[in-house]
Amino acid sequence: MLGYIVKRLGSLLATLLVASIIIFVVIEIVPGDPASFMLGLNAQADTVAALRTELGLDVSKPQRYISWVSGMLQGDFGQSYTYRSPVTDMIGDRLWISLPLALYALGLSTLIAFPAGIWAASKRGRATDSIVMGFTQLGVAIPNFWFALILVLFFSIKLAWFSAGGFAGWEQGFFAAMKSLTLPAIALALPQAAILTRVMRSSLLDVMGEDFMRTARAKGLTERQALVHHALRNALIPVLTIIGLQFSFLIAGAIIIENVFFLPGLGRLVFQGIAQRDLIVVESVVMLLVFAVVLVTFLVDIAYAWVDPRLRQGRRR
Amino acid sequence: MKLYYSIPAFFMAAALTGSVWAARTDVILGVVLEPPNLDPTAGAAAAIDEVVYANIFEGLTRFAPDGSVLPALAKEWSIENEGARYVFSLHSGVKFHDGADFTAEDVKFSVDRAMAEDSTNAQKGLFENIDNVEVMDPLTVAINLKQPDGSLLFNLAWGDAVILDEASAADTATKPVGTGPFTFTNWVQGDRVEITKNPDYWGTPVQLEKAVFKFISEPTAAFAAIMAGDVDAFPNYPAPENLAQLDADPRYSVVLGSTEGETILSMNNARPPLDDVRVRQAISHAINRDDIIDGAMFGYGTPIGTHFAPHNPAYVDLVSQSEFDIVKSKALLKEAGFSEGLTLSLKLPPPSYARRGGEIIAAQLRDVGITAEIENVEWAQWIEQAFKGKDFDLTIVSHTEPMDIGVYADPDYYFEYDNADLQTLMTEFGVETDEAKREEMLRNAQQIISDDFVNGYLFQLAKTGVANSKLKGLWENSPTQANDLTGVYWED
Repeated sequence: MLGYIVKRLGSLLATLLVASIIIFVVIEIVPGDPASFMLGLNAQADTVAALRTELGLDVSKPQRYISWVSGMLQGDFGQSYTYRSPVTDMIGDRLWISLPLALYALGLSTLIAFPAGIWAASKRGRATDSIVMGFTQLGVAIPNFWFALILVLFFSIKLAWFSAGGFAGWEQGFFAAMKSLTLPAIALALPQAAILTRVMRSSLLDVMGEDFMRTARAKGLTERQALVHHALRNALIPVLTIIGLQFSFLIAGAIIIENVFFLPGLGRLVFQGIAQRDLIVVESVVMLLVFAVVLVTFLVDIAYAWVDPRLRQGRRR
Repeated sequence: MKLYYSIPAFFMAAALTGSVWAARTDVILGVVLEPPNLDPTAGAAAAIDEVVYANIFEGLTRFAPDGSVLPALAKEWSIENEGARYVFSLHSGVKFHDGADFTAEDVKFSVDRAMAEDSTNAQKGLFENIDNVEVMDPLTVAINLKQPDGSLLFNLAWGDAVILDEASAADTATKPVGTGPFTFTNWVQGDRVEITKNPDYWGTPVQLEKAVFKFISEPTAAFAAIMAGDVDAFPNYPAPENLAQLDADPRYSVVLGSTEGETILSMNNARPPLDDVRVRQAISHAINRDDIIDGAMFGYGTPIGTHFAPHNPAYVDLVSQSEFDIVKSKALLKEAGFSEGLTLSLKLPPPSYARRGGEIIAAQLRDVGITAEIENVEWAQWIEQAFKGKDFDLTIVSHTEPMDIGVYADPDYYFEYDNADLQTLMTEFGVETDEAKREEMLRNAQQIISDDFVNGYLFQLAKTGVANSKLKGLWENSPTQANDLTGVYWED
């Protein structure tokens, strides 16, 4: 097990290093000077030059890369060009919205998908199965931002149960904050739940056809008991992969939902940073997101080893 | 029997509570762009002024809703040396939000700071003509100019010229401290800025206790927010397609006003074939302004014939000089030697007036044989390529600075128009202090740039605002980009 973990850690670090180089190169070659952008059309040449020096833009690129990476390793993500405040603080504030939102959506998605997938698998071939699969087709096909708009139209404008967007703030209390995240979480969760249900169901069906399942039923277990005690654990590997991928998507890819509900999350931060040519913010946030995705993959790999004992010894299935 | 008596009792109670329920004193305003910081003197973003101008910060003078200049921190002034020296008497008893007293020293500090070598004030040009600031006594300050200037009072009303206190100036970007009727309370980055009433304000007290600026840039989200009551007003509503629906709803009122945004089809006057006035004139006659306003701006906007705001008293209506006339356009192109047609590049920045308007203009130009190759660029690229690099044939942009006809006297400005007569005129204008003569000169300038067909003058951007019907006092026009809340109140 330890050797497995060490190997995974090594690949994590290598990925991060390569990612940092790619991110830096791509963002630095984007055209447009941040200082001119910030000062607008009427600014004079000496003002722009003064700002460039203040922002540290007249230093060579390799030097900037080194100071960026060494800063990050110490936890200092630099100073935003536009906001003139530490990027670490800005990321911290946004993380308190994006992370709970992602976890909330993931929770809802798993809460729906697991029972639905198991139910569909146990009633395979019958009417219930077709109905559940029909709904998942719909869920996969519907774009989540359109669904979000429908939710807003119905629950905010018509029924006034929720506000149309915005984040109440953690100072208003746990429930007030979670309430403002509910519609966005549902909009994000439903399409993910649809995908997860299908994966859960097909994975279970695969496992249920195995020999040991016949043994379990021969032992005297009911269909339901055999499914839950034996099939489920074995069916979890593909499901865990998908959950890992979904979590990465939810952290980084919720930008459209954040726009629809005007939530000040990480996605909006990157989007605004790109438009304002705030290079430091974009580099640091993208790096953070890459780190989050790589970390989640790493944790999923560990989870595999826990679920499947064969992987611990390094043997193949 | 019991129910019978409880019903009137219920209604009486409701009526009683209704009558003691006072009008609201807080307002939530939707704003499209979030300011990058809260210092109006250190950056160009109009979004900063939209939050702080007239609310948190004040200058010696200020803009009234109709664009005229009114006294603010300066009670009165006298102009000496034929416009080369202005002496201001300041209001007494004025305090900054942190309790410090406002004196003439603060005026000197603010102006010196803006003019300093390392200053990042985006409108440094406003202060170029100032020689020095003289503190005569704590409540009197004199500004000595290098040359007589009739625009000083106008320049001092800009958000870039507000007065700061030396002790608190360094943190202005995140903790603004001014002399205005509202104090800065909180900024949740990405979400909102909160301001509250200043109980020690020196001037007329405002009627609101609290105001929140919420940042919503997405048009659909803006619509949802106003319909759900999350915001009370949207002074610059980003989704003109919904305006008709909101107007028809009695809960909301739509306020249409004008801005200082002249939207023009800029032509690179130094690049052939656009250096030939006949080609520029041909392009101007090929444009149908009404179609552009209807197609790109949903009908909101006023056609202009020159680079000047129609709501300004000195405006000259020259729309007919460049009116839509395909026959004349083709004749001019033939005369200039382009009867076979010609190809020009058309760079379009992100706003919809450019992207949508550009498509319409390209179609109109095609009708006279000009092929416009559209290139969509982002603002940063536009500034780099078109504005600084002057690498463009045609482009569409809205110039939102007030009274900026002076840019036509700068041959290095991005469209590179070089006319000695106009330059002399604008220099004379700069030193003229007599109002009537100034107006005459502005009219002449407008005529000259229309005669030369320097750019295609399209329309003046309209200010489309939506507000709760009970909210009164918001600015209709936008002589400067600000959300002045000093006159805003809720009707009962």
